[in-house]
Amino acid sequence: MLADQDRIFTNIYGLRDKTLKGAMGRGHWDGTAGLIEKGRDWIITEMKESGLRGRGGAGFPTGLKWSFMPKESDGRPHYLVVNADESEPGTCKDRDIMRHDPHTLIEGCVIAGFAMGAHAAYIYIRGEYIREREALQSAIDECYDAGILGRNNKCGWDMDVYVHHGAGAYICGEETALIESLEGKKGQPRLKPPFPANVGLYGCPTTVNNVESIAVAPTILRRGAGWFAGLGKENNTGTKLFCVSGHVNNPCTVEEEMSIPFRELIDRHCGGIRGGWENLLAVIPGGSSVPLVPAEEIIDCPMDFDSLRALKSGLGTAAVIVMDQSTDIVKAIARLAYFYKHESCGQCTPCREGTGWMWRVMERMVVGNAQKREIDMLLDVTKQVEGHTICALGDAAAWPIQGLIRHFRPEIERRIDEFSRNAHQTAPVLEAAE
Amino acid sequence: MALIKVDGKEVEVPDHFTLLQACEEAGAEIPRFCFHERLSIAGNCRMCLVEVKGGPPKPAASCAMGVRDLRPGPEGQPPEVFTNTPMVKKAREGVMEFLLINHPLDCPICDQGGECDLQDQAMAFGVDSSRYHENKRAVEDKYIGPLVKTIMTRCIHCTRCVRFTTEVAGISELGLIGRGEDAEITTYLEEAMTSELQGNVIDLCPVGALTSRPYAFQARPWELSKTESIDVMDAVGSAIRVDARGREVMRILPRVNDAVNEEWISDKSRFIWDGLRTQRLDRPYVRGVDGKLKPASWIEAFGAVWGAVSGKSGNQLGAIAGDLAGVEEMYALKTLMASLGSSSIDCRPDGAALDPSLGRASYIFNPTIEGIEQADAILIVGSNPRFEASVLNARIRKAWRANDIPIGVIGDMGDLRYDYEMLGSGPETLKELAGGNHSFFKALKKAKRPMVIVGQGALARGDGTAVLGLVAKVADAAGAVTKDWNGFAVLHTAAARVGGLDLGFVPGEGGLAAADMVAGSDVLFLLGADELDLRKRKQGGFTVYIGTHGDVGAHHADVILPASAYTEKFATYVNTEGRVQMTNRAGFAPGEAKEDWAILRALSEVLGHKLPFDSLPQLRAALYADHPHFAEIGEVARDESADIAAIAEKGGRLGKSAFASPVKDFYLTNPIARASAVMAECSSLARKGFKQAAE
Repeated sequence: MLADQDRIFTNIYGLRDKTLKGAMGRGHWDGTAGLIEKGRDWIITEMKESGLRGRGGAGFPTGLKWSFMPKESDGRPHYLVVNADESEPGTCKDRDIMRHDPHTLIEGCVIAGFAMGAHAAYIYIRGEYIREREALQSAIDECYDAGILGRNNKCGWDMDVYVHHGAGAYICGEETALIESLEGKKGQPRLKPPFPANVGLYGCPTTVNNVESIAVAPTILRRGAGWFAGLGKENNTGTKLFCVSGHVNNPCTVEEEMSIPFRELIDRHCGGIRGGWENLLAVIPGGSSVPLVPAEEIIDCPMDFDSLRALKSGLGTAAVIVMDQSTDIVKAIARLAYFYKHESCGQCTPCREGTGWMWRVMERMVVGNAQKREIDMLLDVTKQVEGHTICALGDAAAWPIQGLIRHFRPEIERRIDEFSRNAHQTAPVLEAAE
Repeated sequence: MALIKVDGKEVEVPDHFTLLQACEEAGAEIPRFCFHERLSIAGNCRMCLVEVKGGPPKPAASCAMGVRDLRPGPEGQPPEVFTNTPMVKKAREGVMEFLLINHPLDCPICDQGGECDLQDQAMAFGVDSSRYHENKRAVEDKYIGPLVKTIMTRCIHCTRCVRFTTEVAGISELGLIGRGEDAEITTYLEEAMTSELQGNVIDLCPVGALTSRPYAFQARPWELSKTESIDVMDAVGSAIRVDARGREVMRILPRVNDAVNEEWISDKSRFIWDGLRTQRLDRPYVRGVDGKLKPASWIEAFGAVWGAVSGKSGNQLGAIAGDLAGVEEMYALKTLMASLGSSSIDCRPDGAALDPSLGRASYIFNPTIEGIEQADAILIVGSNPRFEASVLNARIRKAWRANDIPIGVIGDMGDLRYDYEMLGSGPETLKELAGGNHSFFKALKKAKRPMVIVGQGALARGDGTAVLGLVAKVADAAGAVTKDWNGFAVLHTAAARVGGLDLGFVPGEGGLAAADMVAGSDVLFLLGADELDLRKRKQGGFTVYIGTHGDVGAHHADVILPASAYTEKFATYVNTEGRVQMTNRAGFAPGEAKEDWAILRALSEVLGHKLPFDSLPQLRAALYADHPHFAEIGEVARDESADIAAIAEKGGRLGKSAFASPVKDFYLTNPIARASAVMAECSSLARKGFKQAAE
């Protein structure tokens, strides 16, 4: 279990003072100018050595990403873009950072901006996060007043931080769609290459990072890469905000060490599974995009990128969605399929046409109104979407269904059998799980 | 150059090539829907997926990936892509299946049938049956104007039309709204598109979502005979293909000619064909004693002309060639008039101050249309290229988009589809520029390849010669005329004009110009000349109209000799850049109408001055002997002797009135267009500001 002194987000529940004064009292904004003085290369090396992997879902090493930015500007400005468009179902970590501990993020922006030669940071905040934007904006205003943001600030690196309010499209959380949206265009992902590090916002070198990745950076640098790397396991280091939702006794967002076993995470912070561990059916361990993992596989699995990958799932954003035996698992996944159908941007063919197809078949599977061979057909359709699209939304739409078919095919078949058995009856068919 | 291996075959391609182009180079066919050579890359149809060796374990969109984006192998081997592996086959089948699940099965009633990319590629790359058992999506059809018909359920969201309209046509009226499977292509407010190039979206649409409204349900592509020809609606001379069924032209499509029209044509060129059927002169007419035109036989008509001409001296006769006349018939008419002893001939019914004696460079578009892309500053004087030469205007826009060049305009021309600086409205401004202190003149002077476009709006006026001289002076002073660049460009509006000037179809010694002939000649031959004010015709004067449509000329004629339109004859036209091109006959002229040169040949015999040729080849042989450059089809004959500086010497009194484009209504500039119901509808819509709502 993570010791209290190792916590980076010391006010994640908003119980303490969230103003600049309070944040400084908890150690933030401490010696920022000193960190910047150590130079760009030092920061990037430290970030690489800390082993921090991007907290937005894909787990790309953050230090490496920062190092992709051109060392010298070719005349174009560099930009830091913070992805605060937290729209993944189940995920609620960034909002807590922004509304309760915003100074971690703002300080991170200064340091990350310095590390990539950017004098401007844009925080693209999800449209529905009204209060979070207000909290963040007032924190930024505080920093300007205190002279730690803006031109000739006390940190020694000119930095402007702008908050941009999105309009509530899930796809705008994809980095290039976010850039498009930020430019005032329709949020549709761009083709890669060129990557944003070469041609990003307004055609200039840009790095897009998740809120949490940026917010943890100052503390890592202050306490040293070794401290962060010492937490968790090899290649899955540090602390992580887990957002546990669903059928646990106390759903919560909690900062924990990486690689904490699932059982420990739930028992210690969430008061256990509703109805006891035997009642656990399945878990979606990383937000709606990753395949679910059935109870027996997840219970003792360490919660980190590589261990969950071995279970053919992923840590994603560490949004743990717990489902007990009362869950209509097929319906749950069908609902996710609807979400992806609704949020597909419509740009490329497999996702535009495939998400709707998958959802419609899923809805029939929920009541069992299908043929058993259609299960394989559905699986094949998910494979045709996966990897054939411009962005990862196609993959994200395909994986939950693949997970369902992988682990719960007997349940789907049972429903189909039940439906066909009752097919001749004139009375309404009883639905499953009621 | 980059080395790349496609399906095991090594090819060397330029660095900027995409994988798709490299694969084509290696002979591998890549299916595609959204990719188009002349539009930006969208990469959204996902049909062009290929496998890249050493890349991620998923296929890559070959249209969007550059050759230089690939990394060489571990030992420096050239990067390798595959277009025929199971992964690629599966990916294509998958994408094709997705495209088809919501595509209606209405091929039997779809106008695209037979030339549909989706149909063809489904045959080549798809699977034979459908696994989709849900309901198909239906999309409401949109009204986007009288030219383009929409059946939006068929749309596959390739966004070619959106990219064309925003990039080439320069309008932002078409877009994709909604998202996911609810995404729709629309003009938002369901108003007509305002572009003069909108018809091209019909060709670009790979499926039957955007089809030609006038052509709807008229014919099937396989029953049409296709004739490659040249357009004469403006002086650009776009390459077209005329599709006819029997005698009737059913539609007109563009052909690729990178030097002239790339692969676009204007709406007038495309939708004119219904005008070829209506208001046609299909038999000779002679005006009777009661003042009414009466059908007559060719013999009677020729007899009437003979009666009028006989006894007249040469200078009592005159001939005016209209905007659509071919070189052959102008040559025949010129020869005939010379043998009748008249030097009153003119091919400039608008009275433009262009004089072939100054050299060819004084009246052609010297930098060539392709050369527009190299220009780095453009001055437009008294011309509205958007309406006078829409396809050429798209080139200017292309140059402006690519290089952000300064463009200045003299004359009030409204929206030209690119940003320009309005310098002033009339000759005064031109004078300021010639003074050398104007800020735009400095921009022109700074440019390496400045271009000065002068239109008929500046030349077809009383002070035309002075204006032309002043424009030449500006061009010369700005350094637009150097050894390897001639930026002096005259933009014509009539397809016949440059050919006529090349022939010297202008008044000789003692001859009258067009306007004087109308008012002064006793016998006037009009070779398809309708853009004249014939109300000023001399009282008691005799008018012979040789032409195709019952328009202004025919109404004032005493004898009508029915001739052939441009789709019905083999005729030479010279476009505004001086490029010699030839039309081909797609079908015969209606009724008793004949080819123009043959009418003149027959008439010459009746008049007792038999022309020295009995066939078109004989005519051409004589023509080429006199003017060798007409033999070089497709080429621009350079005239090195012409001296722009010499034109600059030409002075004269400048007027005060503002320059105005001669094209008042883009859709109604010639007799064929005025006979077309489609053009009439477009014209009325344009006059009302495109505000008509969907019906």
